[in-house]
Amino acid sequence: MAYALQQLINGLTLGAMYGLIAIGYTMVYGIIGMINFAHGDIFMVSAFIAITAFTLLAAADVTSIPLALTFVLIVAIFFTSAYGWAVERTAYRPLRGSTRLAPLISAIGMSIFLQNAVQLTQGARVKPIPPVIEGGVELWSTPAFTVQIGWTQLLIIVTTVALMIAFTWMITQTAFGRQQRACEQDRGMAALLGVNVDRTISFTFMLGAALAAVAGVMVTVYYGVVDFFIGFLAGIKAFTAAVLGGIGSLPGAMLGGLLIGLIEAFWAAYLWAEYKDVATFGILCLVLMLRPSGLLGRPEVEKV
Amino acid sequence: MSTLLSVRNLSMRFGGLTAIDDLSLEVPAGKITGIIGPNGAGKTTLFNCLTGFYKPTTGTLRLAHPQRGEMHLEKLPSHRVARDAQVVRTFQNIRLFPKMTVLENLIVAQHNVLQRASRFSLAGLFSLPGYRRAERAAVTRAATWLERLQLTRFADHAAGDLPYGTQRRIEIARALCVDPVLLCLDEPAAGLNPRESAELNELLLYLCREQGVAILLIEHDMSVVMNVSDHICVINYGRKIAEGTPEAVKNDPHVIKAYLGEDEEEEAMEAFTEARAS
Repeated sequence: MAYALQQLINGLTLGAMYGLIAIGYTMVYGIIGMINFAHGDIFMVSAFIAITAFTLLAAADVTSIPLALTFVLIVAIFFTSAYGWAVERTAYRPLRGSTRLAPLISAIGMSIFLQNAVQLTQGARVKPIPPVIEGGVELWSTPAFTVQIGWTQLLIIVTTVALMIAFTWMITQTAFGRQQRACEQDRGMAALLGVNVDRTISFTFMLGAALAAVAGVMVTVYYGVVDFFIGFLAGIKAFTAAVLGGIGSLPGAMLGGLLIGLIEAFWAAYLWAEYKDVATFGILCLVLMLRPSGLLGRPEVEKV
Repeated sequence: MSTLLSVRNLSMRFGGLTAIDDLSLEVPAGKITGIIGPNGAGKTTLFNCLTGFYKPTTGTLRLAHPQRGEMHLEKLPSHRVARDAQVVRTFQNIRLFPKMTVLENLIVAQHNVLQRASRFSLAGLFSLPGYRRAERAAVTRAATWLERLQLTRFADHAAGDLPYGTQRRIEIARALCVDPVLLCLDEPAAGLNPRESAELNELLLYLCREQGVAILLIEHDMSVVMNVSDHICVINYGRKIAEGTPEAVKNDPHVIKAYLGEDEEEEAMEAFTEARAS
């Protein structure tokens, strides 16, 4: 029982991070109907930006942890959004209006480019940072097992929940959100009503990248190591989460992320830890076969 | 009578197909200009050129904007045609944002005013007073048009769930929220019953006479075109074959030939003979 509770906490933490990345996939799909396969690598870039920022802070002798975290978050969000914007501008916008396949190939190319660029400039070896936040709270102690929630885990879960609330509010209540939804439902019509569609798409990419940046900072703090290849697996798992929740649906992405995180944690704890990726991708296959529109997605009805 | 829009030598070719062939016409300010012609005559293509959806192969579309002076619509991207030139259109097949409420649909149309007030979304994000004021003004304007078009009770319904005739009116209300100087309606009476199209006539006349909005109207329903248009332009095979008052156009031999000369145009023919009889 205690062991299961611990897995629940671990799963939630993992799920929170997948959820944050999944939103980027689902939003981009919603607005331009394309899977941004470079999104996972944007997340990887953000982790490197976080490491760089942490190193700079250490060099400047900043010891206050809240201050350091805030600084790193702001820096990572800023630069990662810039990456998101640049990727859209260079790799996708020139291909808008061409076939559906073209931007997809371009995205895969962008993904390989980002991985290699980081590998070349940062080296192929795993980069560690010393633990930023240590310790946690003991929730429940039995003779056999102690359930503990780390401060980092708590921070990740709380930040994610807060971000998701803020984000939902933004999409449903603000002028930008309205614009974003209008473009999602009918881009051409939105333009005819004076909405600057290109700018809205740019902003969507930046927003997705910003959320991925938060996940990137958290991964850095949580695991303490990053390398140029983390984006691939994290990206594909977040993509699975988006598909599971129903691609194009925001609450779906959040729910999907959470479920994938939980499934992975419990699978690793009770079944075979080394096959945890098989579980995730097995789910991807099952969802695509049995319920392609996902848990919260509405099936697309072709109007005749 | 001043000219609001003048179309000069407009041509639109798609590969070997010429949809519009050297078309010139004038749209006067504050009047209703009807555009009729058999299916495939190039009417909707003209609208697509006007609103920046197509770039015309040759020709100019000059708008004499009452406040902002002369503008060349063929050089503007779609969103600036609505934002700067205030030319807005509706569609033959309705294009509302189906998952948004009716009110939201109308607010999106006013998004440029809001965008300016929201200073690139920042003030909007934090709901600053200036933005809240702008938003209230947008809601008031939307409410005014909803009221005028008897749509108030649908304000909070998802637009996609409403009946066809209602959606048509919402689309017009939404276009009006852009505060248009030129309103282009593509078959607004399609799918309306006789009572609804009589109401549409009334609305169009009100917009034009009371609100001073110039209207460019594509319509097959002759009971609408012939009754409300001040001026009618007849197009066939992308060329203008006749223009003038409804009376003059009805009796123009070219028009009669264009409508009656084609076997597959039975519907149009029926409509036309009906209109002549009335």
